Amino acid sequence: MGKTKNKSGPLARRPDNSAFKQQRLPAWSPMLTANTVLPFFYLLAVICMLLGVWLLLLVQSTQEIKLDYTDLGNCNECFDLRRNVSNAAQTCSCRVEFSIDKSLKGDVFFYYGLKNFHQNLRRYMDSRDDGQTLGRIKNLKKNPSSYCAPFDKDNDGVPIAPCGAIANSMFNDSFTLNYHLSSSRSVPVPLLRTGLTWYTDKNVKFRNPRADNLTLAEVFEGTRPPLYWQKPVYSLDPHDPNNNGFINEDLIVWMREAAFPNFKKLYGILNRADPIFEKGLPKGNYTIDISYNFPVQHFQGRKGVVLTTLTWFGGQNHFLPIAYLVTSSLILLAAVVLTVAWWKFGKDGKNMKE
Amino acid sequence: MTWRSPLALVRDALQGQRARERELRSLVSNLPYEGQEKGKQPNRFFLSNAIKTTKYSLLLFLPMNLYEQFHRLANLYFVGLAILNFIPVVNAFQPEVALIPICVIMLLTALKDGWEDFRRYQSDRKVNNTPCFVYSRREKQYVERRWKDVRVGDFVRVVSNEIVPADLLLLYSSDPNGVCHLETANLDGETNLKQRIVVSGLGAANLGFEPESFNSTVVCERPNSNLNHFKCFVEKPDKDKVGASIESLLLRGCTVRNTNHAVGFVVYAGHETKAMLNNNGSRYKRSKLEQKLNVDVFFCLILLFAMCLIGAFGHYLWLESLPGVPSFLVPDSNGHLDVPSLESFYMFFTMIILLQILIPISLYVSIELVKVGQIFFITNDIDLYDEETDSRVQCRALNITEDLGQIEYVFSDKTGTLTENKMVFRRCSVMGTEYPHKENGKSAFPTSPQQYSSVMPFTVMLKSVGHQQLPRSRWSLEAEDISPPDTQRHGRRRKSKVAANAHSDAAFSSPLETEVIPDQKLLQQISRAESSGGRRDGNRSFDPHLDFFLALAICNTVVVSAENAHRQRLIIKCVSYCSIVTFCYAVTLTQECTSPQSSQMRNPLETFSSLVKKAGAFFQRDKRNRTLSEDPVIDSAKTEDEADANRLRTCSLHAPSQNGSTIVEAEELCYEAESPDEAALVYAARAYGFILLARTPDSVTVRLPSGEDLVFEVLDTLTFDSNRKRMSVLVRHPVTKDYVLYTKGADYSIMELLGTPYAENFSGTEKNIAADTQYHLDCYAKEGLRTLCITKKVVSESTCQSWLGERKRAQAAMECREELIMQTAVQLETNLTLLGATGIEDRLQEKVPDTIVALREAGIHVWVLTGDKPETAVNIGYACRLLEEEDLVINMSCKNKVTCTAILDCTLEEVRRYRDDPRNAGTTQNISLVIDGNTLDMAKSPDLQERFVELTKHCRSVLCCRVTPLQKSAVVKLVREKLKVMTLAVGDGANDVNMIQAADVGIGISGQEGMQAVMASDFAISRFKHLKKLVLVHGHWCYTRLANMIIYFFYKNVAYVNLLFWYQFFCGFTATTMIDYWLMIFFNLFFTSTPPIMFGIFDKDVSVEVLQGVPELYRTGQGKGEYNFLTFWIAILDAFYQSLVCFFIPYLAYQDSDVDLFTFGTPLNTAALFTILLHLGIEIKSWTLVHWIIMLGSVALYFIVTLAYTATCVTCNPPSNPYWILQNQMADPMFYLIVTLCTVVALLPRYTFHVLKNSVAPSPLLQGRQLDR
Repeated sequence: MGKTKNKSGPLARRPDNSAFKQQRLPAWSPMLTANTVLPFFYLLAVICMLLGVWLLLLVQSTQEIKLDYTDLGNCNECFDLRRNVSNAAQTCSCRVEFSIDKSLKGDVFFYYGLKNFHQNLRRYMDSRDDGQTLGRIKNLKKNPSSYCAPFDKDNDGVPIAPCGAIANSMFNDSFTLNYHLSSSRSVPVPLLRTGLTWYTDKNVKFRNPRADNLTLAEVFEGTRPPLYWQKPVYSLDPHDPNNNGFINEDLIVWMREAAFPNFKKLYGILNRADPIFEKGLPKGNYTIDISYNFPVQHFQGRKGVVLTTLTWFGGQNHFLPIAYLVTSSLILLAAVVLTVAWWKFGKDGKNMKE
Repeated sequence: MTWRSPLALVRDALQGQRARERELRSLVSNLPYEGQEKGKQPNRFFLSNAIKTTKYSLLLFLPMNLYEQFHRLANLYFVGLAILNFIPVVNAFQPEVALIPICVIMLLTALKDGWEDFRRYQSDRKVNNTPCFVYSRREKQYVERRWKDVRVGDFVRVVSNEIVPADLLLLYSSDPNGVCHLETANLDGETNLKQRIVVSGLGAANLGFEPESFNSTVVCERPNSNLNHFKCFVEKPDKDKVGASIESLLLRGCTVRNTNHAVGFVVYAGHETKAMLNNNGSRYKRSKLEQKLNVDVFFCLILLFAMCLIGAFGHYLWLESLPGVPSFLVPDSNGHLDVPSLESFYMFFTMIILLQILIPISLYVSIELVKVGQIFFITNDIDLYDEETDSRVQCRALNITEDLGQIEYVFSDKTGTLTENKMVFRRCSVMGTEYPHKENGKSAFPTSPQQYSSVMPFTVMLKSVGHQQLPRSRWSLEAEDISPPDTQRHGRRRKSKVAANAHSDAAFSSPLETEVIPDQKLLQQISRAESSGGRRDGNRSFDPHLDFFLALAICNTVVVSAENAHRQRLIIKCVSYCSIVTFCYAVTLTQECTSPQSSQMRNPLETFSSLVKKAGAFFQRDKRNRTLSEDPVIDSAKTEDEADANRLRTCSLHAPSQNGSTIVEAEELCYEAESPDEAALVYAARAYGFILLARTPDSVTVRLPSGEDLVFEVLDTLTFDSNRKRMSVLVRHPVTKDYVLYTKGADYSIMELLGTPYAENFSGTEKNIAADTQYHLDCYAKEGLRTLCITKKVVSESTCQSWLGERKRAQAAMECREELIMQTAVQLETNLTLLGATGIEDRLQEKVPDTIVALREAGIHVWVLTGDKPETAVNIGYACRLLEEEDLVINMSCKNKVTCTAILDCTLEEVRRYRDDPRNAGTTQNISLVIDGNTLDMAKSPDLQERFVELTKHCRSVLCCRVTPLQKSAVVKLVREKLKVMTLAVGDGANDVNMIQAADVGIGISGQEGMQAVMASDFAISRFKHLKKLVLVHGHWCYTRLANMIIYFFYKNVAYVNLLFWYQFFCGFTATTMIDYWLMIFFNLFFTSTPPIMFGIFDKDVSVEVLQGVPELYRTGQGKGEYNFLTFWIAILDAFYQSLVCFFIPYLAYQDSDVDLFTFGTPLNTAALFTILLHLGIEIKSWTLVHWIIMLGSVALYFIVTLAYTATCVTCNPPSNPYWILQNQMADPMFYLIVTLCTVVALLPRYTFHVLKNSVAPSPLLQGRQLDR
């Protein structure tokens, strides 16, 4: 009203006769009736079907070995030992055996898995300081983020690095995989312990504090390792000095909180440089030597390892292909119902007559 | 500024408060106190004239606006939640972030409010600084001041065309009669001039006015908003009291016209003026849909509580089930863990924060935006634009657009709403003899198709008026000018394009009223009376025929505006209208009218000449000598034409030579009447030679056919009111010196007041005039004419004097003045003598039958409420197709309640039987009811109203006749409350205001009868036919759009929130979100907010043509409509299903994998986005470019914003860290597989259902859409 003051004359207030203002813009108004959408339904069903079959074939080609070692074999003792918190300082190691009936071809990924460990609790997840792991001196030496509380400083008021509940509860079992060529001869299966993380995590999100001519230990001076840790953060990996501090890949992997209480995390990738393992893991007998540190009794959890090969869309996951196939059949069913409806009601458009 | 003690200030403030609240105010002149300090000023307690309509001041804007906004419950809810977030034990998000949505919403609202307020401030400043003239004692003259400096008690001088700065008591006018003309268009839109009279008895008004000598006290009532009432008296120093009423009040905002200058005493200033008190801003109504929506919001609240309870309880169970204290359970900063029950108690509130958007706060903002958009389109609809008045549809209530789509009952006024309210004098009956005015009737209709064709310039065109084919030449080059203005409406409307502006200013001066062709027989009667009265004795005035026309000319409140100097636009109108609009011709032009330049001016001449042709033949005999010019007007004219020209001049030009009366002659006579009936009667009288020349408060000047001007002294005017239904004028006849009361009014109110038949005065004519007239009246009514009875009463001098005294007392009374005035009026209006009756035609507006049929087909019950007689009403009812020939029409009219009850029961029984009869199942026969006001009153009584309402429920149309405004609104209220239906009332006059306000949707028709109806309405249209598109198309659209949008909004929020809820089952019910909080905010604020708004504004389910062509489609919105219990819960269930799909497909796909939280959340979020948008895509009925842009834009925005956010934000939002999540996901084929699958599975049921339903049992709307193809 009165907006078109710029016009004058007898019809000054006459509205513009434009398609937009008169709501006459050309429009595509699809009719959602059987005759128009049936082809679409059949097409969609076929696409889903093909995708489902293809995915199923892919998944069938992958292999996966799962091993729950929580109280398997002589790990049983360690399991009982860890029941008591006061024994945390004692080391315990055990060995589990398994065999591979069919060789795992291609890249083999070694995961450790936890069941019933809730990395996704809100307060647990918040309990971290990205500023610290980014290498900010202030967060490292003076005041870690308050989100880390009560794991920001120890009882003496010394900052903890890395602070927070996530780092504190880091999974600290370690594994050595051995391949038994024969009953007497065994070779350790070489595992790459780097390249486990996202590129951006290793290079952007996690960085050690800048160390001008200082060793890592000196950089971290004035901080304490988390409460439950036996080793300080700068000596997590004794074999690879470049894999220490905040850029330690096990730490980075752990810090990426799992979405569900049952999860697995990458521990290593088979190094196929060795001629034995050039094509993957051959069939045969294997043992895993486990340094058993991580207690699971407090949450009725389980621990395990997973050896698997991957396809381009992930590990051995039968859900997606099956879901696609089911969806395809549902669409097909709907299409058939619609076809019947179309045959009986809408074929000659008798319902469309006024 | 001198220092005053705080105590004195407080005392002063209290005193002022008291002074302002007192029932009566005593005001004195400020002049003696001029220059003194404020404390001594007598009128210091009253508000100054500065106005401030702004809500806020600069400093207080923030707190006041916040306060205002917190009045909304929804805002409080959200702020409460945000505050809850600051409590550490319950917070779900970073507290600062939680404030963002509410802040954004409140900021937007504040910006909008601030901008509006700034606009108001600017306009205030402009108004306050307008100059005006105030008397200053120091300078002994009127000095220029600003409006804001005017105070109560000042003397203000206003000049012509100036706007009155405050409410002024008129003390002096330059007009010799003490009259000041006022145009109140700014106030109430009425364009006719109103007269204001100087307060009488304050010394000689004509000698100029000395403000300094004014030493009286003005006592007036407390300010009120009634524009038509004002009570006040002026107490002179000698204690003599003079009453004054609204007649002497110049209202702020009005424009002074036709008066050189006037002086007034400021009674009310600033915000206490009537204009400001009437300025209530826009109306706020809560629509039915919004009420339903609030119920559903309440359901959502219950749902929210249930979900939070589940969360809290689940958290408790989860904590209880833990065997020990695992390392992932984080104690508070003291290393201390709360007991599970307390934890779960906190968790309840955390859950509320987490799931808060289940209550759609943005819905309210979106609805407002959608309504703004809908109103934009309604007001811009070119079909609802009226060229004649250059007016668009106005939406005055901004929030009930969707109510238009649910109308079940339409209550319509008749006059001015269904009809043009352009009255044409059609027939009359004088002394029991009927004069049919046949020619008049014929000229009103198109005679031949050739008149539609536009004629080339310089061609000769035939025009027929009253069987006469008279050639006229045309010089005009404008096509609009070619069609004859008076022959048919179409032509007139086309013509009016030119003069649209001018026309909108004209009150009741449209051409129709003037086209009265005198009846030959009646003319002869008059001439006989005239000639017999040539003896100039008293006898003449006794001729009833002459009296009849005198009454027509005198008994009215028509204002003659003779001067044109002050009303330029009237001249423009007269010229460009080229019509006989105003009977205004200039002397010189008559001589030049053959020249091309003045060809425009010829139109009125010719037209008029043809109209008065017959009369001219009569007048020719003795009036020739009066003409000023002997030049023939039209070369090719026949003798008749010549006579016309003579007659023409007779009417307009001879006066100056005759007498030097007060009338400004030879210019224009523009009649401006408050009601078009009056104008029609005056024009009719003029056609017979009784020309109303001037009207002042004290006198009426009428020119008789003999050319003699009679000045009647007006002793009093008993104005029309709806109770008496009549008006009277008490005059003193200048010749006979008799006191004569002329009364005109509705027949039923007059007939019972009749005294001895007039005819008895005539020996030998022993006929019962009353009975004959009544018979004629009935005939008129059957023809659909509006009837009025004209009576006369001669009052003896003594009665008259005593009555006048009483009247004066009544008018000065401060208490129950209205009742007293009414009593005096009733007292005098007795023993009337019937002169005759008139029948005035009120033509139906264009396309009224079409509109009413469409409304009825749309399932709307149409009620017409009119003050007319049943016969008239029924006739109009058939004419406008409210009643159909095949309809079963029930006529209810009874005298007492017993019969009324009996009739009602019988009818109800009958109707029920009729309805239940299977034979009538398939017929289209409708039941209609005709009921009159008395019966209606009885039927409305508490014991009968149930039955009455039951009866009306069966009736497709109801016609109520002889109803009062109060009854109108009572009927609307009754139906609205008893049947719980959506009602719409449409009317144009002040008498419809009650009804318009009582209905759910009030529609005012702007046009003939002022603006009161429009002021009270929610929508204002200019023609009744616009109702069809407004209701059937825009109403339907607005409702469908909004209903679907609201349902979608609920769905959207539930679907999205449930994603978060399902996740709680996997994270120990600790209110973890798998989506970054910023992205969640963006999701609601940006990614999915515009599509539903666009949907609510633009979506078009069925095209205009189909909606108008198949009104039955309107029924989809009636009653429960599309937004009902079922659709709401289906949407909610669908939301649950879709959220389950969107959550569990990714869950199962990522089960037991190494997926991290946000990586899991990203496909979820994306799938939700696609599902929610494509869900809307299924609902959208027509995709225009706007739809595509917004839908695709939303998707693009999602990806762009999310990618940018996840790429840049390394630690910007601790502890949440979505860095590089989407980039990583988009490189993973799994992401696409999951998103596609989720979207397809989530939408499959809805899509299939839609298709199935459309194929098997298509809804009427779908069939309507099919018609479009």
